[in-house]
Amino acid sequence: MWRWLHPYAKPEVVYRLLGRWLPWVAAAAALTLGAGLVWGLVFAPADYQQGDSYRIIFVHVPTAMLSMSLYVALAISALVGRVWQLKMADWALAAIAPVGATLTFISLATGAIWGKPMWGTWWEWDARLTSQLILLFLYIGVLALYHAFSDNRNGAKAAGILAMVGVINIPIIRYSVEWWNTLHQGATLTVFERPPMANSMLFPLLISILGFGLLAAALIFHRMRNEILRQELRRPWVKNEFGKELNEAERT
Amino acid sequence: MTQASSWTAFSTVMRRDLMVVMRRRSDVLNPLLFILMVVSLFPLAVGPGPDILGRIATGVIWVAALLSALLGSERLFRDDFLDGTLEQLTLSPHPLSLLAAAKIVVHWLLSGLPLVILAPICALLLKLPSEAWLTLLATLVAGTPILSAITAIGAALTVSLGRGGALLSLLLLPLFIPLLIFASGAVEAALVGTAAWPQVLLLTGLSLLTLLLAPFAVAAAIRVSVN
Repeated sequence: MWRWLHPYAKPEVVYRLLGRWLPWVAAAAALTLGAGLVWGLVFAPADYQQGDSYRIIFVHVPTAMLSMSLYVALAISALVGRVWQLKMADWALAAIAPVGATLTFISLATGAIWGKPMWGTWWEWDARLTSQLILLFLYIGVLALYHAFSDNRNGAKAAGILAMVGVINIPIIRYSVEWWNTLHQGATLTVFERPPMANSMLFPLLISILGFGLLAAALIFHRMRNEILRQELRRPWVKNEFGKELNEAERT
Repeated sequence: MTQASSWTAFSTVMRRDLMVVMRRRSDVLNPLLFILMVVSLFPLAVGPGPDILGRIATGVIWVAALLSALLGSERLFRDDFLDGTLEQLTLSPHPLSLLAAAKIVVHWLLSGLPLVILAPICALLLKLPSEAWLTLLATLVAGTPILSAITAIGAALTVSLGRGGALLSLLLLPLFIPLLIFASGAVEAALVGTAAWPQVLLLTGLSLLTLLLAPFAVAAAIRVSVN
C-alpha cells in the first residue's frame, strides 16, 4: 500500500490530481445541492405541525452531520501527519478546519433560527446544542493555534496535537453533556425523536446531505490546492506551471 | 558514566522544579489568593443569602479552580523554555513523556493540592451545606489532576508563542467541560441526598485516563515548540 500511496506524497501530483477532480466534484455538488434544496424548499410538502419552518432541516441536518465528521477527518489527517510526517496531511488539516468550523457555525445558526419560532427561544441549554457549541470552540482553538505560529509547519503540528486531544475528548464531552442535561431537566426536547419521515421529505434531505458533503469536498480540494501553491511558491514545478502568470505578476 | 534510572530522572526533575518555585514563594501564594478573591467576590455580586450561595458554591469553586490552573500555567514551561532547560530535557536519554509527567505532578502539587486544602474555607465562605463537603473534597482530589494534565498540554503547545494567555484559555476551557459537569453533578447529588459516588468514580476514571495519556501529548507538544 505504501508503494501505491507514495507518489501522492508529492505536492505537484496531489495538486494536479485535485485539479482534475475539482471541476467534477464542484459540478456534482452544484447539481445535488441545487436539486436537494429546490426539492426540499419548494416542492416537498409542508409539515402538518410545523408548517414551512421545518424546511430549514434541509440545511441544518446536513451541516450538523458534516461538522462532526469533518472534525474526525481533521484528527485523522493530523494523525497521518504525525505518524508518517507527511506535509500533505498538515496542509489537509489547514484546508479542512475552516470549512468544518463554518459548517458548525451554520448548523448552530440555522438551529437558532428554527428554534425561535418552534421552541420560542434562540438558545436552549440542551445536550445537542451544547456539544455542538463546544465543537465550534474546538474548531476555533485548532484554527487559532494554527495561525498563532509564524512557521506554518510548526503551526500544523501543534494544531494537529490539539485536534487529536480534542477528538479523544469529543465522546467524553458528548456523553457528559447528555448526562448533565438529563440529570437536571429530564427529557426536555423530544423534538429530536422524530417519527419516521415521509419519503417526500426524506429524499430531498438525503440529496442535500450528499450535496453538502460534495460542497465541503470541493471547498476542501480548492483550499488544499491554494495551500499547496502557497507553501511551494518557490519550487520549480510551480514556476513551470505558472511561469507566464508569475512573470506578469512580478512585472506589474 | 552510568545512566541514571528513570525514577531518578523523574524525581530529579520534580525536585528541581519544586526548588525553583520555592525560591519565589509569591508564585505559590498568588494563585491561592486569586481563588480566595474570586470566591469572596461572588457573595458581593449575587447577595449574601445562603440559599443562592449554597446552590452556586460548587460551580464557583470549580470555575475558580479552572481559572487558577490557567493562571499558573505559564510557570510550567515558560522559564525552562526561555533559558534552554526544556531543550536540554528533550536531549535527555530518558523518555520525554516521563519528564513531562514529573512537571505535571509538580503543577498539581502547587495548584491542585493547595486548592484541596483551601476548599473547606471556600465552602464555608460560600455557605455550602455541610453534607456536601466531603463530596466536594472528593471531586477536587479526583478532578484537579485532570486540570494539571490538560493545562500542561496547552502550555506546552503555546510555550514558544510569547504571549499565549488568551489563546491558552481558548484551547483549554472547552476540554475542561466534562470535568466541570461531573464535579458539580456529584456535589448536586450529595446535596439532594442521592449517591454521589458514581460521578466521583467517573471523575476518577477520567482522571487516571488523562494522566496516562497526557504525558505523551505534552512530550509531542514540547518537541514541536522546542524545534
